[in-house]
Amino acid sequence: MTTVDKGGAPPCNRLSSLRYDPADATCGETMSISEVDEAASGSAGAQPVLRLQDITKRFGALTANDAISLELKSGEILALLGENGAGKTTLMSILFGHYVADEGHIEAFGQRLPAGSPRAAIAAGIGMVHQHFTLGENLTVLDNIVLGTEPLLAPRQNTTKARKRIAELAEHFGLVVDPKKLVRDLSVGERQRVEILKALYRGARVLILDEPTAVLAPQEVETLFATLKTMVAEGLSIIFISHKLNEVMAVADRVAVLRLGRLVAEFPIAGASKEKLAEAMVGRAVEMPEREPQPLGPVVLQMAGVTVTGDHGKPLLDELHLLLCGREILGIAGVSGNGQGALAALLSGLRLPDSGAFELLGETVKRTSPVEMQGRGVGRIPEDRHATGVVGDLTVEENLILEACGSPRFCSLGLLRGGVIRRNAREMIERFDIRGADPTTTTRALSGGNMQKVILARVLSEKPKVILANQPTRGLDVGAAAKVQELLFEARAQGAGIILISEDLEELLQVSDRIAVLYQGRLSTPVAVEEADMQTLGLLMSGHGEFQRQKGARGHAA
Amino acid sequence: MELLDIFITLGFWGALVRMATPLIFGTLGELICERAGVLNLGIEGIMTMGAMVAWMWVYQGGDLWTAVLVAAGAGALFGLLHAIFSVYLGLSQHVTGIGVTLLAASLSYFVFRMLLPDVTTPPKIEPFRPYPIPWLSELPFLGEVLFTQSPLTYLAFLLVPVVAYGLYRTPLGLAVRMVGENPMAVEAQGIDVHRLRTAAVMLGSAFMAVGGAFLTISVFDAFYIGMINGRGWICIALVIFASWRPGKAFLGALLFAAFEALQIRVQQASSAVIPYQFFLMMPYILSILAMIVMSRRAAYPKALLVPFRKGER
Amino acid sequence: MRLEPRAHVPFWLNITAPVGAIVLAFAFCALLILWAGAPVIESYAALLRGAFGSTFAITETLTRAAPLIFTGLAAAVAFRAKLWNIGAEGQLYAGALAATYFGTGLITLPPLLMIPLLFLVGAIAGGLLLLLPVILKLKLRVDEVVTTLLLNFIVLLFANYLLFGPWKDPMAMGWPQAAPIIDEGVLEPLVPRMRLHQGFLWALAFAVFAWAFIRYSKWGFQIRAVGHNPDAAAFAGIPIGATVLRTALLSGGLAGMAGVCELAGLKGYLTLDISPGFGYTGIAVAMLAGLHPLGVIASAIFIAAIYNGADAMSRAMSISNYLADVLTATALLLVLASVLFVRFRPRLR
Repeated sequence: MTTVDKGGAPPCNRLSSLRYDPADATCGETMSISEVDEAASGSAGAQPVLRLQDITKRFGALTANDAISLELKSGEILALLGENGAGKTTLMSILFGHYVADEGHIEAFGQRLPAGSPRAAIAAGIGMVHQHFTLGENLTVLDNIVLGTEPLLAPRQNTTKARKRIAELAEHFGLVVDPKKLVRDLSVGERQRVEILKALYRGARVLILDEPTAVLAPQEVETLFATLKTMVAEGLSIIFISHKLNEVMAVADRVAVLRLGRLVAEFPIAGASKEKLAEAMVGRAVEMPEREPQPLGPVVLQMAGVTVTGDHGKPLLDELHLLLCGREILGIAGVSGNGQGALAALLSGLRLPDSGAFELLGETVKRTSPVEMQGRGVGRIPEDRHATGVVGDLTVEENLILEACGSPRFCSLGLLRGGVIRRNAREMIERFDIRGADPTTTTRALSGGNMQKVILARVLSEKPKVILANQPTRGLDVGAAAKVQELLFEARAQGAGIILISEDLEELLQVSDRIAVLYQGRLSTPVAVEEADMQTLGLLMSGHGEFQRQKGARGHAA
Repeated sequence: MELLDIFITLGFWGALVRMATPLIFGTLGELICERAGVLNLGIEGIMTMGAMVAWMWVYQGGDLWTAVLVAAGAGALFGLLHAIFSVYLGLSQHVTGIGVTLLAASLSYFVFRMLLPDVTTPPKIEPFRPYPIPWLSELPFLGEVLFTQSPLTYLAFLLVPVVAYGLYRTPLGLAVRMVGENPMAVEAQGIDVHRLRTAAVMLGSAFMAVGGAFLTISVFDAFYIGMINGRGWICIALVIFASWRPGKAFLGALLFAAFEALQIRVQQASSAVIPYQFFLMMPYILSILAMIVMSRRAAYPKALLVPFRKGER
Repeated sequence: MRLEPRAHVPFWLNITAPVGAIVLAFAFCALLILWAGAPVIESYAALLRGAFGSTFAITETLTRAAPLIFTGLAAAVAFRAKLWNIGAEGQLYAGALAATYFGTGLITLPPLLMIPLLFLVGAIAGGLLLLLPVILKLKLRVDEVVTTLLLNFIVLLFANYLLFGPWKDPMAMGWPQAAPIIDEGVLEPLVPRMRLHQGFLWALAFAVFAWAFIRYSKWGFQIRAVGHNPDAAAFAGIPIGATVLRTALLSGGLAGMAGVCELAGLKGYLTLDISPGFGYTGIAVAMLAGLHPLGVIASAIFIAAIYNGADAMSRAMSISNYLADVLTATALLLVLASVLFVRFRPRLR
């Protein structure tokens, strides 16, 4: 009747029968759900589905994973917690076969997992939803899901069968998506669904999710968590990478904490607290800079009724109202894709509003360019330091003058003044604590945090009056993030008004004076940070709440 | 008027189909490379090499079809060379391509001169004769135009639906398309990105070489320096014009061949008025125009020109 | 094997890597020489003699190097900005055409003014020719590789038309060539009874100028920044369009001047074969020099030596002088690969 193979092979469950491989050797017959429960409860707790043993991985001088041993039990959600750079993604990449561990081995369902092969990992039932989606945008959902599931040299694709299976899976797990649509026409949440379907389609019994909520609104996060619980009920086991304590508390059964490549703590969530997690995660006391209230300066930036239209006529900013004063940090929260890009582009000098008033320091902005913005005293910290922040192949001293290369200080009669540039670099390196660099170091070789410091040095040394900080601490470890926040506070104390766009609500609450939420191109009424709470912000981020329509609303506390 | 007369003559249409053949091979070959994410600027040199190798094989006594295979093999070899540099080592696809073109062309000329040092007129070989397809070649107009052509032309025409099917209906074709859009997605499925791209480049280069071989063993029955004359570059323009789709590539090749065939005949008709050099310029000018028209909205494969480095996340 | 970026590039590596590549290229071509049935050592010796073995050889090598310096600079400057200018051949002819137009009697000036004038019009012609594909690239996203290439064919056909048609010199006994450059415009020989002419000095001067420009000027800095990372450069306020246009004018101008150099220095009148592919060889010159303007001088002389020597070798040993092209192309590819090891440190997994 039921054929549950003993001796190491994973129990056959309903998910395997949905797997698109009729020659699946591990599956004798299909089983009903009750049979699955029986089999699952029989083997639950008896043997972990995954066992990582002494995994060590080095990249040059850096030890990304240091003798990590970890187990995943059947039917549980394990959260892998740690700050940026702790080694979580590296560990999971080893598990999924993207990297080969220098030492240690992995067992999946009791059998040794061959290293360095995503194919072997998939065959063993491990599926991964990457942080940066691995989807081909110009291809359909069906194409993306089906890729690699049929033998490469097969003469024909079996699209009908595939479509049927996808429909079954989608309905079963509530992951509805249209297989014919091109991925580039999907929303971020839908793309994530496709990624999950990819794993389920291949019969994954262990699902790894790498920072899945980074791109989701709070309500979408809840939907995701519900999906995860459904999957667990169906016999899957889940590893969930995150650095967000709230989410870990909400959905995980157990948590493993990584710090600087080592496993430092492992305990069930029941009975744990956020404080305990934070302590385990960070370890040494990192002095996060304190926000001291400052008296407000004069208005430095004002946008009234600003509209920016994107391609296809869709408004990216929709009659936006914004007011920024000197010596304050206005935090802009919101799920990415709600107008942050357009707002940043306006302040960066990359475009003008299609309608509405845009005033900097009292003067209307009529023409715009990065140079224009710089001239008016706007400092811009771009979102992606690699792509738009620094020129990796140039030296540190060259990147420090990238914006000011034409100024009389660094350039006379069309020639660069080498001595001045060198001295400037030395000064900046010291003042901004840029580590691992001297003026002639190739910027590409710096770590993320130090590269960010180069950008900040370049921007802040011009003493800007308005600063656009776009995801300034993304991808940085706590130490570097603290330094960045410290520098922003310094600039603020010197009179600058700062627009801080960030996906990290915790950071916004920590750093901003006022917070507003950007949703579909409109800004909510800013509230003082003392009066803000996660729940209201979460609601605003998904569109429930009041967004400014009338002109000139101020929103300052009286 | 004389212009209309040209369109009526069978010779024109027959020539059109004949001239389209190397363009079809070359464009399909380049299309496969670019779909996989690799710009293959070696096409001009590879076509030269294919032409020389095929001719040399026949000249040394081999038979025509083996010559085609040998030419394809030579093309694949240079494709492998290109792939080693651009795919495995991740070097600039532009410079690699230029290097491969220069190397393949100069090697062809060197070997040619080495085997025939004192020759002023290149010796002729016995080329493919037009093969009339039984019964179909009896048809009134199409019979002579479409069905009495070189076997290589038939091969080119067949290749179009085969490549289309391969790209869009097979798992391998899907993988090739995906590797040109998001190689990470392919790697995450356990398919070796480098091997896949290399295979695509080798296959595409083999096609290109056969396109060159067509010119020597089916049209001109001799090899001479500079015979490819920029057709390779025109194929690159045609790939953009075709939006990387085999069907459109076919149409584009026919369109261009039409202009080339037209140009020769118009030249003969009105050489007094317009100097013939301007007619010879037409294919190149048209290629530039084609690129201008199509580049604005071109949906380049997203990972084209982007080297994939393993383990970089 | 993984590649780790080097924080500091040791200077000596910049030299030894390409040199090693060149040695490998010679080794590969030795195989070809063997296949051709000739002895390797004697053949390379003949090549060496042909390149440097007598005063005549040396001056011939330097003469041939002059246009290669110009086209090498054209490629180096353009490639630094990731502008793939493959049209140096056409720009060279454009420069020669412009110089012919102005220099065959239209204007007469004393040599001190005439020669710079010819260089100037040649540069303008070459620069304008490259401007067209570059504008298409900036405005319409048209890839410049194919357009510059196709323009080569078009320009050559145009020159063909002119030389067989309206510009055909009636004094030339039926040969397709244009009227000679007036005496005031001729670049004087540097060594008596040899063909080495002033053009070589002009080439050297422009190499130094290009180097100083890229290294020390604001515009040169912008060209480098845009070449490495146009998005970051644009964000920082560097005007991409203006920078690329400047690069085009400079690069096209240099290639155009190569045409003037050959016309006014070597031949004296325009013919169809004024360039045996200098434009394309210039790419190899630039790559071997690591896109360094001063390095271009050395690499141009080196490649000129190879071509010169190959001519001598082909007469002495009956090996086709296409070997020079094979050698150059092989060196190009191998030097390209060697650059990888300069910028990155290989590490075993």
